[in-house]
Amino acid sequence: MKKRSIIPILYIAFLMLPIYWLVAMSFKTTNEILSGFSLFPQTFTLENYITIFTDPTWYWGYINSITYVTLNTVLSVCVALPAAYAFSRYRFLGDKQLFFWLLTNRMAPAAVFALPFFQLYSSIHLFDTYLAVALAHTLFNVPLAVWILEGFMRGIPKELDETAYVDGYSFPRFFVTIFLPNIKAGVGVAAFFCFMFSWVEMLLAKTLTAVEAKPIAAVMTRTASSAGYELGLLAAAGTLTIIPGAIVIWFVRNYIARGFAMGRV
Amino acid sequence: MRTENQKAWFFVLPVLALVAFNALVPMMTVVNYSVQETFGNNQFFWEGLGWFEQILRSDRFQAALGRQFLFTFLILLIEVPLGIIVALSMPRKGFWVPVCLVLMALPMLIPWNVVGSMWNIFTLPKIGLLGYFLNDVLGINYDMTQQPLSAWITVIVMDVWHWTSLVVLLCYAGLVSIPDAYYQAAKIDGASPWSVFRYIQLPKMKTVLTIAILLRFMDSFNIYTEPFVLTGGGPGNSTTLLSIDLVKIALGQFDLGPAAAMSLIYFAITLLVSWLFYTLMTKDDAE
Repeated sequence: MKKRSIIPILYIAFLMLPIYWLVAMSFKTTNEILSGFSLFPQTFTLENYITIFTDPTWYWGYINSITYVTLNTVLSVCVALPAAYAFSRYRFLGDKQLFFWLLTNRMAPAAVFALPFFQLYSSIHLFDTYLAVALAHTLFNVPLAVWILEGFMRGIPKELDETAYVDGYSFPRFFVTIFLPNIKAGVGVAAFFCFMFSWVEMLLAKTLTAVEAKPIAAVMTRTASSAGYELGLLAAAGTLTIIPGAIVIWFVRNYIARGFAMGRV
Repeated sequence: MRTENQKAWFFVLPVLALVAFNALVPMMTVVNYSVQETFGNNQFFWEGLGWFEQILRSDRFQAALGRQFLFTFLILLIEVPLGIIVALSMPRKGFWVPVCLVLMALPMLIPWNVVGSMWNIFTLPKIGLLGYFLNDVLGINYDMTQQPLSAWITVIVMDVWHWTSLVVLLCYAGLVSIPDAYYQAAKIDGASPWSVFRYIQLPKMKTVLTIAILLRFMDSFNIYTEPFVLTGGGPGNSTTLLSIDLVKIALGQFDLGPAAAMSLIYFAITLLVSWLFYTLMTKDDAE
């Protein structure tokens, strides 16, 4: 049995190598990076991180990204909850078609929508706001949230709903005080996946913003401009983008695998 | 059993409104552009299906489509078996399970442009870890910015690095749902490891594997940011996948008509192939 564990170890080592390199680079000076190969930073420096944390144009990139990602997660889960409830409890005209149509939105290449999105959000004066990016990202996050939540809700027996109604609960009160606590793992998983896909998506986020809501990805392109190619700074900025994801994943580590497994298909 | 209730539509309404706003309006914009010609100043002329014909016949589109299919085929060929193997050899319980899961999921949570930059830094000849190792230690002539083959291998390895974990997580979820009794029964019957896999583990993983393959197909077919940041589509056009070519036409050359026609063809192909996958893989359940 012990022999088998060599495969996951090798696999994880393969995953960690590029990440290690990124982190190692972020502690090197630009000079050291360009002058040749070194496995560990020779002159350990925090300068790259200091630059990021003292320059508002840098750290606002992170604040902007986290703001629209949070907004998107809340929005996606809130609208997906009643819809998932409807799909899991009732049959209604066109339910299957609607469900499939929702899923097809995950198949649309973001590149296809970049330009029309730009025009759409400019025309309603939302261009360069957090709301624009958050709304645009609901295109692929809402279907996913509905899909995951529906799977979790189907696991809750219908008798729970009926008992609550017999006891005189109104629907909103039942939903919030009884039903939601029963599917909180599902809400966690759905929120996690919404956070993840909104956090990693950059094409739409970049297209829909200019100055005010500029995501960290757009800020990072600066490293390639004026003062030459600052690899150390780029690596430090990249390292910092890994941290929010790592924190979120730690909270849901026991549920991530289950989230998708419970969906229908 | 679910009860019939048309009022359920009210619950779906917010989702419907939100997704329709995001999907239908831009989609109609694209359809609108795809049948018109413009010379700027917001003047449009009816073009009919001309753009569609032009795109479908152009060598450039066919070449990009060919590269796209090759890319998706290769990554599915590597990621699905690799994901199954890793999932099978993972511990079922204990301290190491959450550690493995968190480490494995980490690449998926890195913004896509950072993934591209990261692999760029990783593979630079002379100063990148992989580039240095291949060129100066193993003596293999490797330079992603010059050699199309190196660029292809790098893009594929990057995607394997980025997304195999999704297959692992899903398969693992399927595996842990198998009760121990199944394995005990197999042991009593003296079943070989292969028949345990074939008759117990594989059927249990079928649903999650369907989701994994579908998601991997959709996402790899729509891939844009990572290869764009890593290779920019080059050297030459060798790694110009469909999305990269589309953005070049739409935002680079601002040829809105052809770009819109290409978008619709692109979307139609994704839909069609996803639907084929879906029907083929769920066919047995229906019988």
